[in-house]
Parts: sequence; C-alpha cells; structure tokens
Amino acid sequence: MTAPLLEVANLRVRFPTPTGTVEVVRGVSFTLGRERLGIVGESGSGKSLTGRSILRLIRKPGEVTADRLRFEGIDLLSASEWQMRGIRGARISMVMQDPKFSLNPVMTVGEQIGEALAVHEHLPRRQIRSRVLEMLEAVQIRDPQRVFGLYPHELSGGMGQRVMIAMMLIPEPSILIADEPTSALDVSVQGEVLRLMNDLITRKGMGLIFISHDLHLVSQFCDRILVMYRGRIVEECAAGELDRATHPYTRGLIASVPRMDETRAELPVLDRSQWEQA
Amino acid sequence: MNAISLRNVDIAYGDTRVVEDLSLDVAEGECFGLVGESGSGKSTVLRAVTGLAPDWTGEISLFGQPRGKAIDRKFAALCQMVFQDPYGSLHPRQTVDAALSEPLAIHGLGGADTRVPEMMAACGLDPRFRFRLPHQLSGGQRQRVAIARALMLKPKILLLDEPTSALDVSVQAEILNLLKRLRREQKLTYILVTHDLPVVSFLCDRLAVMRQGRVVEVAPVEALRHNAMTHPYARELVEKSANRVSA
Repeated sequence: MTAPLLEVANLRVRFPTPTGTVEVVRGVSFTLGRERLGIVGESGSGKSLTGRSILRLIRKPGEVTADRLRFEGIDLLSASEWQMRGIRGARISMVMQDPKFSLNPVMTVGEQIGEALAVHEHLPRRQIRSRVLEMLEAVQIRDPQRVFGLYPHELSGGMGQRVMIAMMLIPEPSILIADEPTSALDVSVQGEVLRLMNDLITRKGMGLIFISHDLHLVSQFCDRILVMYRGRIVEECAAGELDRATHPYTRGLIASVPRMDETRAELPVLDRSQWEQA
Repeated sequence: MNAISLRNVDIAYGDTRVVEDLSLDVAEGECFGLVGESGSGKSTVLRAVTGLAPDWTGEISLFGQPRGKAIDRKFAALCQMVFQDPYGSLHPRQTVDAALSEPLAIHGLGGADTRVPEMMAACGLDPRFRFRLPHQLSGGQRQRVAIARALMLKPKILLLDEPTSALDVSVQAEILNLLKRLRREQKLTYILVTHDLPVVSFLCDRLAVMRQGRVVEVAPVEALRHNAMTHPYARELVEKSANRVSA
C-alpha cells in the first residue's frame, strides 16, 4: 500500500474547566488510506472531537496536541491558519449530522454549493453553475434546475443531506469526514444517502472517516472500524469481524442493540464497572 | 374491551389531509407499533389521540368512551404521551421535582412528596436527581424523567413517539427495558411510533405499517420477525431496515 493519506499519533484534546483540565480525547492513533474507516462510540466518547481536530476546528480554550497529525505530508498542527483554509473544504471536507443546522438559511442551494468551488478554484460563473448542476444530478436530485434556486427550508431532510454531500464533494477532496451523516434521516432515505456516498467515494478514490454510534450501520458500510470509549480507542477490527470483537465494551454495545428477530425478554445493559479501571 | 379504537379517522393540518380513513383497534395491555417513513402520518395519529392535532373527523374512543375535541382532564389522566426529544420536552428551568409534581397540581391531587420519589425509583432515577435541572442530566436520564412525568397520573395508556431515537444504543437498551418493565408492572397499553423496526420487534405485540397517511398492513410482530409481511411496501420497509447499505 502507498503512504497513508492521514496519520494521527497520540492525539489529545483537552478543555480547561473550573475544576481542572478535562482530557476528552486521550491519545488516539490511527492512519487512513484510501478506505472507509468507521469510528463508533457513545456520546461523549470523543469520536466527533477526533474528527473535528483533524480539521483544527476545536476552538480556544480547547487544546489539541499530537505527536503526529499529518495529511499528505503537511503537518496540520503547525500549518498556518491561511494554509488550513486551503485544506478545509478543498482537500478534507466534513459532512455534519443535521442539514437543518449546517446549511446557510439565507442562501440558495445552488449558491452554497457553488461557493465551495468559487473559493477554492477560480472558475467563470457559468462553469460553476454547470458543475453545480452536474453535482446535484450526481447526488440523485431529480430536478436540479429547480433545486438550484431553492432555500434550505424548502428541502426535505434527505434532500438537505444530499445537498450537504454535494457541497462537500464538489471540490473533490482527498478525505471526507462524515459525522453521523444519516442519524437525522429515515431508514429508507439512509440507505440511499449511504449508497450515494459510497459510489462517489469509490469512484474518486477518497478516504472516508465515518463517525457514528450505529454499530450495525458502520459494520455494513465501512472496511475497518475503531471503537472509542472515554476518549480512547479500545478496539480496532475489520468490519466483517465485528462479531468476533473481544473488548467487553464492544461486546456489550453489540448485545444491547435489538435485532429484527428479537426474542430476548430483556436487553443486556452495559456494565461499566467491568472495564472502567482499565 | 379495546383500550383505543379509531374509526374512519381523517386528520388535517390546515388544508392538507395528513391521515385518511384510519381505523385501528388496540386491545388493553397490548403494545402496538406504528411504523412508516417520515411524513407517513404516524406521529400525527398520536397527536390527534392526545388532542394536539384537533382538526380531525371520525371517531376516537378510549375504553369505549368517545373522545371530544376539547381539553379533557379525565382523558389526560387516562392517556399520556412521551415525546421523541428529551432535550425539547422538559422545561429547561423546571427541576425534576417541579416537572413531576405539576401533573398532580393540575389535577388537584396531593401527595406529591411521596409520589415523586416513588415514581423516580420506578423509572430508575436516583433520588439525588430530584432537585436537578434538565441540563444537569444526560439524555437517557431526561427520557426517564419524561416517562416518569407521563406516569404520574397513573394513566392506562402511554403514547410513545420515537422514545429512543435521540439516544445512544446502549442507553436505548436501558430505556426499552424500562418501558417493558413498566408495562408489565402497571398493566399499561402502549402505542409506539418509530421507524426503527428492531425496536418494534423487541417491545410490541402487533404493528401497523403506514404509508402516505394510510395503514397498508396490520400484522402480528411474528410476521416482522420471520419476514412474513404480505404487503409489498411493508416487505420493502423491512428489507430496507434489515440491510440498509448493500445496493
């Protein structure tokens, strides 16, 4: 395999609080090639912060340190803010959880998608328009001409998320970070959105970091899975081998999900005391 | 006798008819699942039953008593609702104690001092949470408070609108176990609205699949477990949620 797209070693995120510094991400290390990497964990396990710190989106007074945080040979920690602006959106982009809160409500869909192109590549306006329309078609929006002029509140959840994906993929980044991209969507729409993301990613040979709390989804969708608990990676495995996971936390998480052919009278609940000391 | 019975119910929001010609019977002590995509009208059915969507025609009755459209205290004491988002359904400046005592005060019932800790214990809330505010609780704890509040008036029917979809899987398991235990202990009747079919499989006895405001199939939960639904749309929905990713 060629050199990894992204190398992360001993990543730590800290926040000062009145009662002392809290370390939320405690020494996370992984590498990402052109693959689909899933990060799973509960709320508060630090999975979203890991995603955000790659793009250096953690604001003061939060503090990010790492032994290594390199993307295609660039050290992300020492890069200037100016350099980061060239990376964010253009070479690493991020899809957020809820399209309702992450689209600009006073800009039309077309303008928003085009903005990413206009900022990172200098193209004539007509060309931008045609690229945006192409992209809208690629994310399977039926009537791109009409949707181009719509405002975000006129879109359904599934359409909004497709617009987000279009916006993130149009500059053709090398890495896409998707933070719970389908949690706000229906089961039936989820499938479509994921398939779409998958197609675009494999076609363009991108790396994907897929952050989710849905184990089943991640095991179906990704190549490799990291399980995070309390700011640490407790387990790493290939997606197909999730049922052979060994860490008690992972096993507990798998067992607590109801199945379609559920006959258990009670769902097992995580007993945190077991591995808390570890 | 049926706990809930809906006959030819149409529900509208303004000019838009959201639910058309719906008839359902839920037996006492049963847990009935209502599933479908967003916009299929499943939550609207619950809203009409509680009185939050008053623009309906047809007949809604609980234990044989037809429901009027005005606010009805007796009715509220019989049938309560738990909402999807525990962050949005609790008053941000009301302590747990205040939230749980309020239904008693409205209905002119006393004994809040003993009933509140009792109910908190029944819903698995530690007594030290009693005087905390919602922002000091986790999502799962908040949902427990919302469930406790709904049960303060000792209702017979609980309407659950996606009670776990805003929660983590591990917390979801705790809340589902809680709902199952409460139903057994207090002989409750549930209507559960969700788009998560495995949750229906865990908790419910029967389910109805809704699409575009109509019920397309009513089936026992065994049909869901063994993939024996008959309507093509119901099969499609089961298929999709069993295998969400593979094309």
